[in-house]
Amino acid sequence: MRYVRRFSRTERVLHWVNAIGFFLLLATGLILYLPSLAADVGDRPTIKDIHFWGGIGWVAALVLVALLGDRRGLLRTAREIDGFSKQDLNWLRRRRPSEQGRFNAGQKLNASLTAAYLVLFFVSGMLLWAGERDTRFRFASTVILHDGLLYASLALLVGHLYLAVIHPATRHALRGMVTGTVREDWAHAHHPRWDVSD
Amino acid sequence: MEERKYGRGVFLATVAAGVSSLAWGRSAWSHVSSALGGAEAFVPLVPGGGWRIYTVADHMPVFDPETWQLRVGGLVQEPLTLDYGALRALPRTNQVRTFHCVTGWTVQDVHWSGVHLTDLFDRVKPLPEAGAVQFVSAEVPYVDYLSLRQASLADVMLAYEMNGKPLPQEHGAPIRLVIPEMYGYKNVKWVSEIRLVRQPEDGYWEQLGYDRDAWVGRSNGYSS
Repeated sequence: MRYVRRFSRTERVLHWVNAIGFFLLLATGLILYLPSLAADVGDRPTIKDIHFWGGIGWVAALVLVALLGDRRGLLRTAREIDGFSKQDLNWLRRRRPSEQGRFNAGQKLNASLTAAYLVLFFVSGMLLWAGERDTRFRFASTVILHDGLLYASLALLVGHLYLAVIHPATRHALRGMVTGTVREDWAHAHHPRWDVSD
Repeated sequence: MEERKYGRGVFLATVAAGVSSLAWGRSAWSHVSSALGGAEAFVPLVPGGGWRIYTVADHMPVFDPETWQLRVGGLVQEPLTLDYGALRALPRTNQVRTFHCVTGWTVQDVHWSGVHLTDLFDRVKPLPEAGAVQFVSAEVPYVDYLSLRQASLADVMLAYEMNGKPLPQEHGAPIRLVIPEMYGYKNVKWVSEIRLVRQPEDGYWEQLGYDRDAWVGRSNGYSS
């Protein structure tokens, strides 16, 4: 069996730092958000501290990985995610069989939305924190944005986890994010236009 | 082959929509919830009926009906200590009001039952120099104040029931202050002591920069 490299070490570290940060913030956030959990766990001040510093640490860690890792490779990947070809649009409309490169159009959308949600989580979270200290940063809609992002990102995550862990045809992709490589025949079938010699 | 930069387009559009929602999110949300109307009783859009539970201490106070007491004292002629049965024996009053949190969320149509503060004042007889009321929470160090005039508003109550059931622990069992025209942080939970004092001071959140007179829509940087 031959394997081809799909994700660099920098990309994998970035992905898993993002995943760990998300789940830490999700767990502490739900304790702050759900009345029944809040009553069971208690100690809101400590949970709040973990949530706040966890958020700062999450973003700081992502920035550090990007700066210290393979920046050129990340930029090349970002360009791949940015660019949508005619085949990508056809893939989204399901009118043609897949003619996809290293990323299909769904994966590109997932990456762009994940990045946007992260920025918005960070901005609204910092506004919640600052607004507790200064009325100039207090907006009646901040909490609605932060909560809305929770639902939007959970919806995206459920789809992502289904395709990466459960769906038989696609779950081999998880290997790529863990070890860096995927089977060459799988790459051919799912990403026929991906030039694996890159 | 022509490529379009939809990736950054999706990213920038999502960020722009999110940031701009700081201006329109709340009114859009209230349209959605009122459009759903009764449906929300069965499938709440926000878990916990829209409430978020804010606490400041390690643990929520635990209510024991056998040992619980409410002390009413300070600048009064006849200090009073009530147990839970005596509190429930006081004249009962009901109201249905919207609860407003200063952070922007609201809960509509909350049914409160409890006692008017003025009924308590009639029993303890405040001294002439009493100008404010201090509400001490069993959740140390939470405390807050109202002027005597604010505390005597007709819709200010000590609520022991919420939506037809005894006040749940996370809402301040067995009693919380309800002053519907002010933001939630003035509605002290787990009230354990009420003291008449000369003048209002800064309560827990006011020491952290929130307004002492927390009128809904007219304080804390909001105007409407």
